[in-house]
Amino acid sequence: MTHGISRRALTASTATIALVGWFGTADAKVEGDTIVLGSAISLTGKYAGNGIHSKNGYDIAIDRINEMGGVSVGDKTYKLAVTYYDDESTPARATQLAERLINQDGTEYMLGPYSSGLTAAIAPITEQYQVPMVEAEGASRSLFNKGYEYIFAVLSTSEQYLRSAIALAAEQAEAEGKKPSELTVAMAFENDPFSLDVRDGVVEDVEKFGMKVVLDDKLPRDLSDFSTTLTKVKALQPDILVLSGHDKGAATLARQYAEMGLEVPMVAVTHCEGSDIAATYGEAVNGFFCPTQWSETLSYSDEYFGSAADFDQLFKETFSDYEVVPYQSAQAAAAVIVFKEAFERAGTFDKKAVRDAIAATDMETFYGPIQFAPEGNNIAKPMVLRQIQDGEYVVVAPTKWASSKPNISFDSGS
Amino acid sequence: MLDNFNLLTLVPALNVQLLLDGLFIGAIFGLAAYGLALVWGVMNLKNLAQGDFVMIGGYIAWWLGTQGIHPLFGLPVAIISMFAFGWILYITVIYRVVDKDLFTSLLATFGVAIVIQQVLNLLFGPVTQTAFSGLGTFTIINDFVTISEMRILSFGLCAILAISIIYFMKSTRMGQAIRATAQDPRAARVLGVDTHQVYAFTFALNAAICGAAGALISMIWVIQPFFGITHSIRSFVIVTAAGFGNLPGVIVSGLGLGVFEQFGGFIMGAEYQQAIVVGLLLLVLVFREIQQARVRQVVR
Repeated sequence: MTHGISRRALTASTATIALVGWFGTADAKVEGDTIVLGSAISLTGKYAGNGIHSKNGYDIAIDRINEMGGVSVGDKTYKLAVTYYDDESTPARATQLAERLINQDGTEYMLGPYSSGLTAAIAPITEQYQVPMVEAEGASRSLFNKGYEYIFAVLSTSEQYLRSAIALAAEQAEAEGKKPSELTVAMAFENDPFSLDVRDGVVEDVEKFGMKVVLDDKLPRDLSDFSTTLTKVKALQPDILVLSGHDKGAATLARQYAEMGLEVPMVAVTHCEGSDIAATYGEAVNGFFCPTQWSETLSYSDEYFGSAADFDQLFKETFSDYEVVPYQSAQAAAAVIVFKEAFERAGTFDKKAVRDAIAATDMETFYGPIQFAPEGNNIAKPMVLRQIQDGEYVVVAPTKWASSKPNISFDSGS
Repeated sequence: MLDNFNLLTLVPALNVQLLLDGLFIGAIFGLAAYGLALVWGVMNLKNLAQGDFVMIGGYIAWWLGTQGIHPLFGLPVAIISMFAFGWILYITVIYRVVDKDLFTSLLATFGVAIVIQQVLNLLFGPVTQTAFSGLGTFTIINDFVTISEMRILSFGLCAILAISIIYFMKSTRMGQAIRATAQDPRAARVLGVDTHQVYAFTFALNAAICGAAGALISMIWVIQPFFGITHSIRSFVIVTAAGFGNLPGVIVSGLGLGVFEQFGGFIMGAEYQQAIVVGLLLLVLVFREIQQARVRQVVR
């Protein structure tokens, strides 16, 4: 009797093992000659715009690498592919999908989602399963102070976004024979991890230069009207207005700034390219400063895409509805390149070995230099500041790469 | 917070700015809310897709703008096409849930809302858009108060629309049938009113009104496929405050909400601008409850 049961149990367990093994191979991260990366990305919901920019960036790099022969690991070459799921721009869905990618689909290498909030939602999961994730769209500082070992970001962290604007303002004030501490700053930031990080960076630099903060508004996520904040700006007449609230923040500011008759000497806002305010709002946004992770006029280059300008051209040819290539797409493409090189350097598909190879990355790409701090953020690439001049985005800082001079004067303001 | 309050007393002109901004935008809120009051009162339907109807109207005006047609022409186009859309939606979906219990109709309209959001997203993408009326701005009170001409125009258009709706409800056969159905659908049916026809018309009229509100919103604020929900919430707050079947009440609450949002956002900070709307709803409900408890006591 006991014998019978144990034999039955043995058969059952063998069958189970066989099933698991079979499904295991079917769903593993390397299917035949294809390495499958996984990504939960926002294709619908409030981040859908940037989510799609990111996906397009991943796709163009995947296609390019496959076109160039793929990834050689050991003595075999493999193609790259990505399993995408739509996280609907919500952290709850993103975490579910990350679990699904890892547990059901057998994904062992992840590309990041869009936005810091969603990356923060997924990071504990990739960490738990020790799945290396190279992400290109989560810039929040909070991602890199939790001791995570499996997350790597190719972009500059978010507290650097508008710092260059404050530094530029201080530089300009001195050039005009003023003290930077005489400048007044109005701040409006959306109440989300990314924007609040941007704010932290601004606050640090504002304090460093001794500037005076006259307004510090937090914008809720669903706000489509900034008129109360801008009414205050009008009354307070600051020298600098800094605002960050993703695409819709930039679009709403652009819409209401001129309508409210505002004339702030310096306006710096994130996400100008995402909603392409220069093309849409024309004269109203002339002179706005926009930080960017990347610009096609920079002199970076690599073997995959050539120069930044070459990438720009290829991207526009591939996705014909883009007039300006968002930096979100460029950095997404760079994340794929990081994976490709890491696989080749690791020479194996072992997660730990791939992770170590990613950590040892030190390379030049069309997107900029990439070298990871032990915390996982890219410490090699600086943030770029552009100004909208006559409807064009021109690089004005850091001065090393600047193609033009900033057009700014604090004289009229006071 | 106190700083902001001081600012208002230091620069009194700001009060005028906030008041005008609030009234101009409140008029549009009132318009969308009146549509909700109509379907709520007549059909006992709580339409959770109200704000999404507004977004469709906005996208119609915006899309015409991108085709080189002035978005103001989008207003009649939005009204007519949304009327047709509302009628079709009634026949296909609402007809089946209109006499069911509260949850069925809530779920159905919530589903409609999600479908609308995703279809708008697929058609136009998730980018925040705005329609350009090409009208300018002017300033009063020593340049302190800026008024956009579009807002004045939209205020006027809201007034014209409201007056035409009042006239329609009072003086036409359909208007009378709608009011009769609202009072007692069974009695109306007995007296020969085709109540389903009335429901279909009411729902279509609501969609048309939302379309108009959306077209105006697109020229004043920004639109995005997922911005509908805040407009739905505003409509519910306004109707709850005013009670349905009370057009003057809806208009006053709409204007009041617009002004309240502006002052609330200014004094407490933009982060509370929408929390204030929901907080206000809570206050209204508590007040109503106390009021009705008194009525119940009298009855007892």
